[in-house]
Amino acid sequence: MHELGITQNIIAIVSENAQGKKVQRVLLEIGKLSAIMPEAIEFCFDICAQGTIVEGAILEILEIPGMARCSQCGAIFYVDKPFGTCECGSLQIEILTGEELKIKEMEVEELCV
Amino acid sequence: MCVTCGCSDGSEVKVTNLEHEHYHTHTLADGTVITHTHHHEEQANMHANSHNKTISLEQEVLGRNNLLAAQNRGWFKGRNILALNLMSSPGAGKTTLLTRTINDLKNKLAISVIEGDQETTNDAEKIKGTGCKVVQINTGIGCHLDASMIERGLQELNPPLGSVLMIENVGNLVCPALFDLGEQAKVVILSVTEGEDKPIKYPHIFRNSEIMILTKIDLFPYLQFDVQRCIEYAKQVNPKIQIFQVSSTTGEGLEDWYKFLLHAVSP
Repeated sequence: MHELGITQNIIAIVSENAQGKKVQRVLLEIGKLSAIMPEAIEFCFDICAQGTIVEGAILEILEIPGMARCSQCGAIFYVDKPFGTCECGSLQIEILTGEELKIKEMEVEELCV
Repeated sequence: MCVTCGCSDGSEVKVTNLEHEHYHTHTLADGTVITHTHHHEEQANMHANSHNKTISLEQEVLGRNNLLAAQNRGWFKGRNILALNLMSSPGAGKTTLLTRTINDLKNKLAISVIEGDQETTNDAEKIKGTGCKVVQINTGIGCHLDASMIERGLQELNPPLGSVLMIENVGNLVCPALFDLGEQAKVVILSVTEGEDKPIKYPHIFRNSEIMILTKIDLFPYLQFDVQRCIEYAKQVNPKIQIFQVSSTTGEGLEDWYKFLLHAVSP
């Protein structure tokens, strides 16, 4: 449910940075541990973009896999939820990637003179 | 292969609607999944649009909230206010724990409250009954409080120096976990009627909280709630989480919670 508000944020940030130019493409980075559903963002994107300069833009989402480092033995491994057990048995893990929620880049229409 | 960008297509998901647009997911060698849409009528123009300019943004979507939260945190620090963000599912006993805490610590601690609910001022009325300062924030369709709401709430509330601010978030075990309010600690409240596996079912909120309060423990005799297992699950998700077990009805276990509060305000 929070994806609606988050998508509104995305449209606002993109619109602000577009400086009046028509937005053609938006690239997001969403970590798999971020508690954000890419499908829900996609669902909200077109609706939130309506009537803005982002309307009609292509949405691309880069999903970043979750990786963690064990605080005991230093091993680095993939995680599919924001917690996990290292092979050494430790529960003390530090999440390295997978919590991203970022607008990576956008493409705007540049009129040829 | 995707005709627009040339990327290889994995076997994951592909839904095509020729009338509208084309959703498209593929997985790179490192496990990264890319999902994007192509408007079909635009595909033909893709190369003609090569004068488009790509702008690198690298902007955190919640960056503005995090900035406001940092401002709130500074505001609290400057006034020596302990702000706690209380989160739980609806009906876990946040308001009951709060009213009991306020009443029991009346002569020892100045406590004020920001109440978050989608609708009604019912909880704020209950808190007001204890004589403490309270503002209600109604989020409407919103499912969580954010840092700007707290900033506005603070203007209204103006909590005294050296006091405790309890922020009762909207009853929800998912969304509040993502929004920093500027609090000193997040406190997740879990009632024993909810089942012991909540920490692993809703790991984000338990992982992001410093404290967990298990409420309604006076109901143990009537429930099949495995408290040890619940604690194991919570520690599995968050090994550092500090756990209190209380009953706001009988008062059992509240002493430890009060000691923690008194110590946190004047360490």
